[in-house]
Amino acid sequence: MLFLNDPITFIAGWMRTLLSGWGLSSGLVTVIIYILGITVLIIFAMALDIMLVWVERKVVARFQDRLGPNRIGPFGLIQPFADIIKLVIKEDITPAGADKLLYNLGPVLAIASVIILWAILPLSSRIFGVDLNVAVLYLVAAGALGTLSIIVGGWASNNKYALLGAFRMVANMVSYEIPMVVVLLIPTILANSMSVQDITVAQSGMWFAILSPLAFIIFLISAIAELGRSPFDLNEAESEIVAGFHIEYTGMKFGLFYAGELLHAFTFGGFIAVLFFGGYGGFFGLENIGFFSWLNNPFVQAVVFLVKAMFGYWVIMWVKYSMPRIRIDHMLAFNWKFLTPLALVVLVNTAVLSKVLIGLPNWGYVLGMFFSNIVIGLITVEILRAYGRKQRKAEANLNPQRAQN
Amino acid sequence: MQTNWLYIGIFLVVGIIVPIVPLVFSRLVAPRKPNPIKLSTYECGIETVGDSWVQFKAQYYIFALIFLVFDVETVFLFPWALSLRQLPLFVVLEGVLFIAILVAGLVYAWRKGMLEWV
Repeated sequence: MLFLNDPITFIAGWMRTLLSGWGLSSGLVTVIIYILGITVLIIFAMALDIMLVWVERKVVARFQDRLGPNRIGPFGLIQPFADIIKLVIKEDITPAGADKLLYNLGPVLAIASVIILWAILPLSSRIFGVDLNVAVLYLVAAGALGTLSIIVGGWASNNKYALLGAFRMVANMVSYEIPMVVVLLIPTILANSMSVQDITVAQSGMWFAILSPLAFIIFLISAIAELGRSPFDLNEAESEIVAGFHIEYTGMKFGLFYAGELLHAFTFGGFIAVLFFGGYGGFFGLENIGFFSWLNNPFVQAVVFLVKAMFGYWVIMWVKYSMPRIRIDHMLAFNWKFLTPLALVVLVNTAVLSKVLIGLPNWGYVLGMFFSNIVIGLITVEILRAYGRKQRKAEANLNPQRAQN
Repeated sequence: MQTNWLYIGIFLVVGIIVPIVPLVFSRLVAPRKPNPIKLSTYECGIETVGDSWVQFKAQYYIFALIFLVFDVETVFLFPWALSLRQLPLFVVLEGVLFIAILVAGLVYAWRKGMLEWV
């Protein structure tokens, strides 16, 4: 029964006894156990990544009223493996004049930056890599590495389209990181901790998405921008700069960029689940009732977490395949004139209210937090409407003919 | 605590090795027949003129400066956010004042037209 309740400690304990029996020192044993555990976790992530290729292609097909892959295997499930074989046996071209080291570093970094996020992803209360006490900052740092891979790849290709893609990614990075980091302060304030495990436990009664829905929306938008997915996919914009940063990449190197993007989106879905939807828990106290105590099992929790992460990933896909690409000046203006001020207002609201409402009973605290967010949202919409009216009036004064039509 | 960072360190190393494996495998099985035309830079069929690494007008230069200010700001805010429960309301409001000063800076940049794409 111990294995079912605490699999990692069980296996680690067994391995430790075995390896110590061989006469290895305890430090070496720890390193060996870490390497094995990390390898298993990463292989799980990569296997998931392969299946995400299928999920992505199937879902985009349904969004576009197509069938998607359905020939190889049942429901086309073998398709991603066929894709991989094709990518591996394609000729790999390094364009003349490319910076060889950075050119090869780009795709490697694209995958590595996502994989290191899995070190802190809490799959369940007992199955996780490591519980860092600065996990939120680690998330920001590793997220920035993913953007760096695009910049490095685009610059090193020695191609003008790729360079433009990289330039646009820099513009993206120097903007959307701000609302993201500001909004990450809100789970930190509400849980009083930066550890993802503590943040998850703090949501066992109430999800942070209910305490602060605006924070969740801002995080979702800036996560999509950070991923460089549509509507913020200016870095690859097929219709303008062909394929942007990965224009010169062929074969497996392109495959790594593609796989990195998918896994990145899924991982951010996971972090949305952890930070705002209670992660592996968040059953509103249901797990404390005797009949539902099986919800505390680490394997059940892992399944719950993966379902929530897949839902977050699905929302990101939904946005990607529904929205047209926005112009770069609009993208920067949207961030600096709308998202950043709004994020700061939400932050101040949460900080002050969490101090003022702490004396109230639990329902008063939740309702106060929720309705303050609703009020801020309504005021924001009202300001936007007033701005829109002003713009239309200015347009009508300039060009009365066009305004009538 | 140190074992946590040992774990992260090993994770980084394994995480970098994992994407290298398919690249090396691809190097072994994929055909390699390079020729100058194939290796030339792709530019929709037109021959490339000059080098790609040219001086380029970075229109978001001012945005990058504002970004730096705000990025440092948010780093300062994390300790404040973490100790919010223990702090008296007065100190929390001081943090709000700190944010307000930065918002004033943002409004100033906005009024000066720094947030316009040029």
